[in-house]
Amino acid sequence: MHRFANPTRFMRYSAVILPWAAWSTAALIAIGLYLALFVAPPDYQQGESVRIMFVHVPSAWMALFVYTGMAVASAMALIWKHPLSDIAARASAPIGACFTFMALATGSLWGKPMWGAWWVWDARLTSMLVLLFLYLGYMALVDAFDDPARGAKAAAILALVGFVNVPIIKFSVDWWNTLHQPASVVKIGGPSIHLSMLAPLLIMVVGFTTFYVAVLIMRMRTEIVTAKLRSLQMNANRD
Amino acid sequence: MGLACVRGGRWVFDSVDFAVAPGGALLLHGANGSGKTSLLRIIAGFLAPAEGQLTWNGHPFDDEDHEPARIAYVGHLDAVKRALSVAENLSFWADYYGAGQGDSENSVAEALDRLGIGHLAPVPARFLSAGQRRRLGLARLLAAPASLWLLDEPTVTLDEESIAIVEALIAEHRADGGMVMVATHAGMSIPEAGILTLGGPS
Amino acid sequence: MTAFWCLVRRDLLLAFRRGGDSVNVMIFFLLTVTLFPFGVGPEQAILMRIAPGVIWVAALLAAMLSLDRLFRDDFEDGSLDLMILGPLPLEITVLAKCLAHWLTTGLPLVIVSPLLAVLLAMDGEGFATLIGTMLLGTPLLSLIGAIGAGLTVSLRGGGVLISLLVLPLYIPVLIFGVGAVDAAVYGLAARPHILIMAAMLIAALPLCSWASAAALRLSTE
Repeated sequence: MHRFANPTRFMRYSAVILPWAAWSTAALIAIGLYLALFVAPPDYQQGESVRIMFVHVPSAWMALFVYTGMAVASAMALIWKHPLSDIAARASAPIGACFTFMALATGSLWGKPMWGAWWVWDARLTSMLVLLFLYLGYMALVDAFDDPARGAKAAAILALVGFVNVPIIKFSVDWWNTLHQPASVVKIGGPSIHLSMLAPLLIMVVGFTTFYVAVLIMRMRTEIVTAKLRSLQMNANRD
Repeated sequence: MGLACVRGGRWVFDSVDFAVAPGGALLLHGANGSGKTSLLRIIAGFLAPAEGQLTWNGHPFDDEDHEPARIAYVGHLDAVKRALSVAENLSFWADYYGAGQGDSENSVAEALDRLGIGHLAPVPARFLSAGQRRRLGLARLLAAPASLWLLDEPTVTLDEESIAIVEALIAEHRADGGMVMVATHAGMSIPEAGILTLGGPS
Repeated sequence: MTAFWCLVRRDLLLAFRRGGDSVNVMIFFLLTVTLFPFGVGPEQAILMRIAPGVIWVAALLAAMLSLDRLFRDDFEDGSLDLMILGPLPLEITVLAKCLAHWLTTGLPLVIVSPLLAVLLAMDGEGFATLIGTMLLGTPLLSLIGAIGAGLTVSLRGGGVLISLLVLPLYIPVLIFGVGAVDAAVYGLAARPHILIMAAMLIAALPLCSWASAAALRLSTE
């Protein structure tokens, strides 16, 4: 693992990976959208509006995946002091927040035709909303420190605390939801997902993942160059 | 040895070496911003050095071996609670650090007397002058004994008489085998003290 | 162990001498709950339905507002430095401070809550459960809040930021606290909710003190 700890090596590897990630993203999302919009059959209950699922579900999945990634990176930064980890965590946060927001927005758009309301306090949407707050709190904490190194460490602690809380929050929101809305059951595409719906879903998920990788790499490269600038300035003032 | 310190993205000092023996004293000199406070805080354990290593008796400074009776730190701030009386302030720290050793009342009274504020014992700390608060902070050195004293500008706000008292305390502590590191601008007379001058950036 | 009680005693003494803190928290609690009838109308049926939730949310907010004071004083006058150097592991020090904080801000909330339940026409069956869940929940609020307080103690405008960090973490406490009282009011079993809260409290003792201590070490660098 520490082979990759060297920022220069990271810059070299990432320069190679980035174009692949970017092009895969474009290709996968194009294919996925085509399949989602034109090939997958409409749901017998929900009609055409079920197609929002092909954006909503991957966004929600990514929102959680990115948060997990942030927590893992934060743990590596705190425990092993891996130099690239806190850069990775900080770079991921806005991406994850956007995925969460997208999940909420598409969930809301989906909700209107399905439940007749722009927002419903359904267990999944509510958990997503709380996840968004966790992301926003993280980003606010990083920004609040003048010293970026301390801000990164503080945010790492917060990310780990938040991560421990994610299952607790999910559990409690599910509990709360069953207490208050026992009748609402949200099924995606029925009891078993047909291949024609599963394929675009998976393609979109992979496409979103490559998107995350591409944007993460871009942000990390920028951050590494900025950090290098800062350290050059710092060393110029050294004895 | 070879200590270096980074604060806020800036190299504060670099390649600092020193050693202090029992009964010894080290004076830290340097301009503002040269890192005297940072060095003391590294030794106290608040801050990790960017480079270099600290050893105590040949063993590395290790948190697990950390005994509170080893280091006493008097920084810029006095840790004085205004709502408590002078005696209550000091006896809290004496009890807290010396937990279970009983009979802190006497050592508190003695410490206050020695620093010349014994008569202020029942007075709420909000009525103290800056110099008196400083002396209350320094009284901790007597009420909660430790082998290494780290003093950061101990004589700020003190009058000549009080400075003499502090110098005497330092001498007595060294005679008992204790060690002292003092960061100061003022000319304190500390006989046979090593001098470490921190150069500061560039 | 005596160092632990030394610290708790000192914090209680300070809170007592300063006077205002506990009373302010209780007044804020009372005020916030009083706002709701103005907001939703005095109709008994509505107030009764929302009473447990309103009381819990107000308690949450009152607890949150008192968090900044948990470490800030000690940080600003150098006492925190000395506590870190002291005989207790920092995690235990955090627990001592949380205990004192709970005694001076959480416990008053618990004591005032039955009065507020009366104001909001809550059904009598819920009273005992309300007090019980608040006894379990308010220490949780202090513990979780200690994490936020530790992270922001060295920042200038800490207050609002603490809310942002800590409120999402409070949500499970809120859900189970209100769930228990609602269950009691409707004659259902409140026990599962209470057991879960107790489990959260036990888990929070080591976890929150660890996170808060890590945050404090970071803040005093």
